[in-house]
Amino acid sequence: MIARREQHLTYLLLGVFSLIALAPIVGILVTALQARGGATSFGVPDGLNLENFATAWDEGNFADYLRSSVIVTVSVVVLSTLLSILAGYAFGMMRFRGSTVLFYMMLLGLMVPLEATIVPLYYDLRDLGLTDTYWALILPQVGASVAFGTFWMRAFFRSVPRSLVEAARLDGSSSWTTLWRVVLPLGRPAVLTMVALLFMWTWNEFLLALVMVSDEGLRTAPLGLAFFQGRNTTDYALLSAGSVIVATPVVLLYVFLQRHFIRGMLAGAVKG
Amino acid sequence: MRAVSPGEPRRVAYLYLLPGLAVFAAFVLVPLLHTGWIALFEWDGVSAGEWVGLDNFTALFTEPELRTAFWHALVLLVFYSVLPVAIGLLLAATMARTRVRGLTAFRTVLFLPQVIALVVVAVMWRMIYAPEGGLINEALRTIGLGALAQNWLGDFNLALPAVGLIATWVMYGLAMVLFTAGVQKIPPSLYDAARVDGAGPVREFLAVTLPGLRGEIALALTLTTIAALRNFDLVYITTGGGPGDATTVPAFEVYDRAFQSGQVGGAAAVGVCLAAVIFALSFAINRFADRGLR
Repeated sequence: MIARREQHLTYLLLGVFSLIALAPIVGILVTALQARGGATSFGVPDGLNLENFATAWDEGNFADYLRSSVIVTVSVVVLSTLLSILAGYAFGMMRFRGSTVLFYMMLLGLMVPLEATIVPLYYDLRDLGLTDTYWALILPQVGASVAFGTFWMRAFFRSVPRSLVEAARLDGSSSWTTLWRVVLPLGRPAVLTMVALLFMWTWNEFLLALVMVSDEGLRTAPLGLAFFQGRNTTDYALLSAGSVIVATPVVLLYVFLQRHFIRGMLAGAVKG
Repeated sequence: MRAVSPGEPRRVAYLYLLPGLAVFAAFVLVPLLHTGWIALFEWDGVSAGEWVGLDNFTALFTEPELRTAFWHALVLLVFYSVLPVAIGLLLAATMARTRVRGLTAFRTVLFLPQVIALVVVAVMWRMIYAPEGGLINEALRTIGLGALAQNWLGDFNLALPAVGLIATWVMYGLAMVLFTAGVQKIPPSLYDAARVDGAGPVREFLAVTLPGLRGEIALALTLTTIAALRNFDLVYITTGGGPGDATTVPAFEVYDRAFQSGQVGGAAAVGVCLAAVIFALSFAINRFADRGLR
């Protein structure tokens, strides 16, 4: 009987807190579909004003912002994934002098917050003439992502049975072929998790873009939204539409890969 | 050394490491050391810097603005860490002995705030808190409590807790997801034993659930604390540190000093301090968690 009551209480708690988590998100969707000029956010739905998205897209330059975000995010994810696989392979499957020291160095890097590197990053990249280019958004992100990715891929490579690699070696395949033909095909879930997390972290990054970029054409989606808000603080419908546009790519990915997101964020969690 | 070591001859390893390590060193390690160096100067970002030794670090303890920022970070910890963990534990306590259907769906929803860009979260909550047309004030007016309507983010006393509650909204799902997973790993026999001993729900929670979740609690505390210390986006978008300095936080001071008010050395010192605190916390809590999990 107590168990029954506890069960009801559990569902009640789960339900209430799920509602609280969802309410603002549903609210912003509803607001984005309201007729423009309504003075309240989260009001009663008054139809499906899908044209808000088109207006926000045009007036807010979201086409530009999204293009920048796509360029930066794809570059960061592809580069970081490649470099992380290579480095993780070395750490996870090879024995070499200095491996422990080098690995702990990377583990430390995993925890370095951007706030602790942003100052010299800005001044050094400015001296190189790289601020206000995509490079300034891509390279620092790759550096930070590689620390996480290497840590993540090393764990995968360590889990692969040694016998598999030794058999491949006996067959005369080089370490390069072994990596791509024999070992990595087993690591699809690990790679997918890493790609999903890197995508999210890069897409959502704000401080780096805020500091590095002043050219409007280079602004990423979150940065663009911040500026858009500065111009449209009271047009809640448009502001909501813009927010939805910025959040949607990651949320969609999350809906399809939610296990990967949750597992990765809880396991590789200390990333700075 | 083993007679037959697995893998290739060792030297190849360096080739695999080289590209990743090079980018990592150039964009994380070297800048980190460089930050430490910059922190030793008084520098406005334009003219030549002046060597001041550790003055920027002592300023962390003596300068009122910085002490305020660190104090705010401490207050925000309540909202980032303590409240979410408490909410998570409440759920863990009730579900300890029950089976829950549809847990995966609940988890997906609860975790959702974690994946939405903080800029979007901040914009969203600004609309909720808005003095005119915001959800909270409009709701209060509708039910005849208009007198309670506030300028939530513009009030000296309310702004910090208002920002904090946004963080609680983002974080509690993380704690809940962690603890629901953890509580299912606690052997049911422990609960049966506790019940045979006549333990009530409270005793049972203290004697079985809480110790069983030690690792998860440690992880949740690390994650939320680091998020609290790194909090920049939320404050920048919702209040810009204001009103006055009512919501300044260390990460905001880094940005403000380095890129707005020409105190680059001071900004670097704050950055170094943040990194140091995060390192220390991660190490301490990871060791604790390791022991808890074995």
